[in-house]
Amino acid sequence: MSKLRLLFIKEAQASYISHLDLMRTFQRVFPRAGLSLRHSNGFHPHPIISIVLPLPVGQESDCELLDFETVEQSDGIGVAEALNTGMPAGIRVLACYPIERAVKELSFIRATMELDYDNGVPSGAVEKIEALFACEEVLVEKRTKHKELAEINIRPMIQSLTLTEEENMLRAEVIVMAQNPGLNPAFIGAAIAKYLPELAPSFVRVRRHMLYDAEMKEFR
Amino acid sequence: MDKKIERILPRVQKPARYVGGEYNAVMKDKTQVDTRVAFCFPDTYEIGMSNLGMRILYGVMNNMDGVWCERCFAPWGDMEEEMRKANIPLYALESFDPIRDFDIIAFSVGYEMAFPAILNMLDLAGLPIRSEDRPSLTPLVIAGGTAMYNSEPMADFIDLISLGEGEEVTVEILSLYRKAKREGWDKHRFLCEASHLDGVYVPSLYDVSYNEDGTVKAITPKDGAPAKVTKRIMRNMDEAYYPSKTIVPSTEIVQDRTSLELFRGCIRGCRFCQAGYVYRPVRNRSKDLLVQYAKEAIEDSGYQDMTLSSLSTSDYPQLVELCDELEPFCEQKHLNLSLPSLRADNFSMALMERLQKGRKTGLTFAPEAGTQRLRDAINKNVTEEDLLASCRRAFAGGYNAVKLYFMLGLPTETDEDVLGIADVAAHVMHAWRESAVNKNRGVRITVSTSWFVPKPHTAFQWEPQISIEEYERRVKLLREAMTTKTVTYNWHPSPTSFMEAVLAVGDRRLCKVMETAFRKGAKLDAWEDYFSLDRWMESFEECGLDPHFYANRKRAKDEIMPWSMISSGVTESYLWREHEKAFEGVTTPDCRTHCNGCGANLLVGGKCDV
Repeated sequence: MSKLRLLFIKEAQASYISHLDLMRTFQRVFPRAGLSLRHSNGFHPHPIISIVLPLPVGQESDCELLDFETVEQSDGIGVAEALNTGMPAGIRVLACYPIERAVKELSFIRATMELDYDNGVPSGAVEKIEALFACEEVLVEKRTKHKELAEINIRPMIQSLTLTEEENMLRAEVIVMAQNPGLNPAFIGAAIAKYLPELAPSFVRVRRHMLYDAEMKEFR
Repeated sequence: MDKKIERILPRVQKPARYVGGEYNAVMKDKTQVDTRVAFCFPDTYEIGMSNLGMRILYGVMNNMDGVWCERCFAPWGDMEEEMRKANIPLYALESFDPIRDFDIIAFSVGYEMAFPAILNMLDLAGLPIRSEDRPSLTPLVIAGGTAMYNSEPMADFIDLISLGEGEEVTVEILSLYRKAKREGWDKHRFLCEASHLDGVYVPSLYDVSYNEDGTVKAITPKDGAPAKVTKRIMRNMDEAYYPSKTIVPSTEIVQDRTSLELFRGCIRGCRFCQAGYVYRPVRNRSKDLLVQYAKEAIEDSGYQDMTLSSLSTSDYPQLVELCDELEPFCEQKHLNLSLPSLRADNFSMALMERLQKGRKTGLTFAPEAGTQRLRDAINKNVTEEDLLASCRRAFAGGYNAVKLYFMLGLPTETDEDVLGIADVAAHVMHAWRESAVNKNRGVRITVSTSWFVPKPHTAFQWEPQISIEEYERRVKLLREAMTTKTVTYNWHPSPTSFMEAVLAVGDRRLCKVMETAFRKGAKLDAWEDYFSLDRWMESFEECGLDPHFYANRKRAKDEIMPWSMISSGVTESYLWREHEKAFEGVTTPDCRTHCNGCGANLLVGGKCDV
């Protein structure tokens, strides 16, 4: 038995696969590649897999992690190649290796946001947005687990935010907290629309690039 | 992906069903193909992707060089609204290209209530819904599937109908189309030529006239079209394509498992069952081939569930041997093997007990009628003793839930038959008291009734559907008779079944009703979320037609049915004989006991069930 971790890309069409559907998809991808996963005990045994940090539907990522347990002893060599022959479009495994670091060490996510402005980026946008996030409190509404609306301050969850202006688009490089609590970068777009309605983007695209531990070293 | 589509997806439910990209979706270079087919299913992705016929024909068409077949499903209302707002025409899932630019738009239609979705999909594609308003050869709109055994209510909209099993005729239609395109034929010439292919029905090549009382007077073929079109079948199931390498959706669908098709046809001959007649004759796949397909399909897909599908799975001659061979493989791969449509008999129960692993959930039986007299009339050859013995066995084996399905409004049904349903439920309850191993867990017995819909090409095609008032009276009668506490009675106040009865036996005058209802907003009418009886009734009124003329009228023996130009291979005289026997309460033995001479054997050269 081995505990292994996958590092994979989720992009394009695959970004619309929800967390539950992704679990189901992987439950089929492993047997397709001839890998036997360890199954849970019980009436309905199911393969033991877990996705480290579920990605919101519609977002892309270069750094998704999935943990699983194999029946046979394995160091993960050759697994990525085997899995990639049977994947839906938009999912590609970059590496498979024994789990060395606990999920709780994962602290930050670096992501890129593309804020589309179909009618051109309004002048002064970069400065105004930077000023907004220079404040200590940026409140947005979020649905709680009990389906109630709650105001949360997202500012303390943003480690850094850098903006560059491109044609009809602002590119934001952000580092946000990954867990306890974690921030979905999409809320940064929501905050802009709320505080600076004249700068509300036409569309927001998010892509995760890298995960970090508390010392800002890559977590994988 | 198209930027316009990317913009709307965050706002719709379950966006994964609108983006394709699944494992085994077929991608081709569009500059290297000459014929592009949009294979459409007039219902949602979850329903359409669960359809084995779709998977078979998708494979068959994509196996043709130069042909690229893509899929297209009806969007749910939220997606449709966003698409219309953003001017996104209906697109195919593989390429995201608008289907209006394709060569052929093919619909698979299994249910009459999906008719409005066809019109809505054509409209969403940006195409005129009427055939006559699409004068050029391209795109050609074709359809097939069981609901097309009477395609008359869709006659004005569909250019060509493919009848029966499509593995061979689809290839023939595509080949003829490619020839037509190469040689520059116009649409009319193509349709005339296509009408000579066996199993192809071209509605525009038939004139229909009516008597003063509204019945069909004559159906006249023209331009050389045949007077009778007989459905196509695969004569040898071992030569029929099986999709061992098939799409595995990345989002949950209704039948989310490998489906192994054991045989086609059904030996039973239930008189109400359209599938039981139109899929004749019985043709089995050989066991060894099935074992091979099962392994290939499971290994390729990674699915952990497999269902042995057929109209009546326990009638597969080598079922035990098949399960013997599959069991070790299933064990090793952690597969669950399920047997749907089991009969309530000892053989099936024994097999099910053997395959059932883990938690014992509910069992489902469909006695269809409450008394032996009525079960004999509909030729549902299951006795109450069979049913109770099966229930006793299940309860003794630890099951504590049974679902029982019945129909109300079957021909010859009396109040005694209706009340008989309550008796059956009470007897099942009694069987539980006698046999349950752990009475502390209690028992759940669920009785569900549906409203009988007479279908074309069955022994009951001459029969009326009972009126909604009468249906509701019978429901009330039964509800009041259901006094056993642990029995739950489910019924639907479903006016959908009434409209289904109208469309099922409709003639082509209903085309204008279809169009009117569509203009008033009919689309996903198979779903209660979207169905509106008022909209249909208004549409009938505006068109000056009476829906009750279709649904609630008993037809004379010699009446020309609107679908008389179509043959399923079962002769009309056989259907009439079965009709007569129903009213005499005489049963017909299953096909294996005794050939009853339905006529379908001629489709395989004389001998069925090989």
